Amino acid sequence: MSEILILNGHLVDPASGIDGPRDVLVHDGRVAAVDHPGAFGSLQVAEVIDAAGCVVAPGLIDIHVHLREPGQTHKETIATGTSAAAAGGFTTVVAMPNTTPVNDSVADLEWMLNAARGSVVKLLAMPAATIGSLGLELTDYMALVRAGAVGFTDDGKPVLEDEVMRAALVAAAKLGVPVSQHAEDTRLTGGCSMNAGPVAFRLGLRGMPVEAEARIVERDLRLLREIERAERVRPHLHVQHVSTARALQAIQRAKAEGLHVTCEAAPHHFTLTEDAVGEYDTNAKMNPPLRAEADRQAVIAALLDGTVDCIATDHAPHASHEKEVEFERAANGITGLETALGLALRVLHSEHGMPLARVIALMSAQPAVVIGLKDRGTLGVGSYADVVVFDAGAEWRFAAKDSRSKSKNTPFDGAAMLGRVQATICEGRVVYRT
Amino acid sequence: MAREETHIPGAKARNQRGSGVSGLKSGSISEAKAANSASRAVNSGSIAASSQVAAGSLLSVEHLSVADVAVILAMTARLERMDAAERAQVLLGRTIALLFYESSTRTRTSFELAAKSLGATTTLVSDKSSSIEKGESLKDTGLTLRALGAEAIVLRHPSSGSASLLARVTGLPVLNAGDGMHQHPSQALLDLRTILLRLGRDASTVDAKTLDGITLVITGDILHSRVARSNAMLLPRLGARVVLCGPPELLPESALGMGEGIDGGGNIEIERDFDRALARADVVMMLRIQKERLAGFDLDLAEFIVRYQLSEERLAAASPKLLVMHPGPIIRGLEITGEVADGPQSAIEEQVSQGLAIRRAVLARALGVTA
Repeated sequence: MSEILILNGHLVDPASGIDGPRDVLVHDGRVAAVDHPGAFGSLQVAEVIDAAGCVVAPGLIDIHVHLREPGQTHKETIATGTSAAAAGGFTTVVAMPNTTPVNDSVADLEWMLNAARGSVVKLLAMPAATIGSLGLELTDYMALVRAGAVGFTDDGKPVLEDEVMRAALVAAAKLGVPVSQHAEDTRLTGGCSMNAGPVAFRLGLRGMPVEAEARIVERDLRLLREIERAERVRPHLHVQHVSTARALQAIQRAKAEGLHVTCEAAPHHFTLTEDAVGEYDTNAKMNPPLRAEADRQAVIAALLDGTVDCIATDHAPHASHEKEVEFERAANGITGLETALGLALRVLHSEHGMPLARVIALMSAQPAVVIGLKDRGTLGVGSYADVVVFDAGAEWRFAAKDSRSKSKNTPFDGAAMLGRVQATICEGRVVYRT
Repeated sequence: MAREETHIPGAKARNQRGSGVSGLKSGSISEAKAANSASRAVNSGSIAASSQVAAGSLLSVEHLSVADVAVILAMTARLERMDAAERAQVLLGRTIALLFYESSTRTRTSFELAAKSLGATTTLVSDKSSSIEKGESLKDTGLTLRALGAEAIVLRHPSSGSASLLARVTGLPVLNAGDGMHQHPSQALLDLRTILLRLGRDASTVDAKTLDGITLVITGDILHSRVARSNAMLLPRLGARVVLCGPPELLPESALGMGEGIDGGGNIEIERDFDRALARADVVMMLRIQKERLAGFDLDLAEFIVRYQLSEERLAAASPKLLVMHPGPIIRGLEITGEVADGPQSAIEEQVSQGLAIRRAVLARALGVTA
């Protein structure tokens, strides 16, 4: 494979503790050398990327995306979804299993990860925690991990039964991978389509109470505690898209207690509130729902204080006919791969003063740790050459029509973004360039 | 995936097609996508949707200014003064579609009779006798009605926000005849007119002080009631004090959110003790318990009756001038006794009659008739 030289950029690699001007040499898909500007002198390489005025960072990692293939390719395919990922600066994505059929077997997983699907970035997957994501019987964790599973989840639904969740945590712990939980007590959310509260009341919509999220998180943390005491394993719970102050408080306490719990926050939960539903905008409908301002502020505070381990988009493409319907009937979810960096830099870095290196860590080094990736999420020598080059000061507006995703369901059409991706390199291949 | 809603096949409803009188209205199709503006991000709360809704739509009382309400009341009075022949010229040759996804007696009939009395051609489409049963979306049903010449659509639908959706996708004036638990604006207008007439006020206009000093108690299943929402978000803006009364399961504290951002919003309060509420009331509005929307929780009806039924004893303890209202349908012996419903203080039948009068005005307004 040919060589690439990334020159004149400002390298931000939190895992290596580098935050300064560096040139990066890529060789055979790996980072071959990182050195001060000009150190590579007159080296002859196949391609030079001039990153002057730009940040050079580890390619972003999104551990929560829905690529809809197989079975729902009218919404997205692995090729289109990963193309959107590349445009958003992501070089690794983790596909959720709620495809049709559900990804719950080695054959399904291998099919999904096969190069023939045309992924343009590193594609990983979390297969279903239970067969058919029905919440009853565990899938074959050992065989799936051998085939590449980086965790297990029934995302879209919780693993509701105590005994099933306990078994899932134990089985995953023995293999060193997390169980990733969609924390929603569905016994409290039947028929609900947005956050409970005055806005839902005014709109005549049934509301999901914050307790629905907190109760499952609290239950799962109790299971972690019990398992650590009773079994000789240390289970890893990953809580997906945390949206409430109450769940975050529980996670913070559990971390202080020493339990192995990690969690993610989605850009829409730190950017928008339930007010964005406005006049029944189905592009502001997702699960968990947009919450009240106090919860949004709690998510931001938890990102700032480290309670939240990583940012994940929950990229959930849907066709227009699945959104242009009655609010209560509309599909849950929004696209997110191409707006995540722009929102994180605007809201967290610009508005809330989070250092740039912290934002990058939340989107690269830290998600890599959550799923146990050793040679991604950093630009240390020898790592995969997964790189994003972006202009951190660029202010622009996202246009849904320009999205590379097959679907355009986003509440951020026309929204202000900060920081624009100039180039994305995955394992030494340029997969996106403006 | 979007949840599929199945409609149980039922008796064929009347389906009178308009006789193809008027030409196709060239309303522009506003794409919902355009509603997504930059200002939506980071909670500026802008609602672009309203900008693409056709003038004359009646989606929520929230969209009506006090001046709009005064215009509708003036139009109501004017149409009422006309003789039948003159009235039948007002919408002659115009076409109105009635699109009903839920059963209805008084709302449907009064909209239909109101339209016909103004000379309009009406066509009724119900979910039980149309392609809706085959899975046609609300959007496509609306576009079909528009292509057939409908100039306005009256919609009754079980989903909150459906009227807003239909207005956006068709660009036609849409009259919300009840959308889920959300709004039933023509009901609030007819209730307002009933109150004004019963209080002996001028019913042809209103301002922000018209109902100063008037206390309206709304009792029962507030949670599921679009009528309660419409009245509670309209009458305080005209000076009335609105007291909501019911058990927490049917009246959560979040109901006070109805007062947020409206003038007079501070005039909404919750009082759980019905007798205490009645002692202050000039008007009491009783609501049916909507079993079809209870969604799983059991309500102790015996307990409800003891605490919240409007009985003769309760009525006797209240002001002799207390006005009794109910949007219907009534479940006699549950939220209200038969004696009270049929008694002299009851305005229930008059509400129905005012429904006809108000709906003439909102239909005329929808089709651009001005005073």
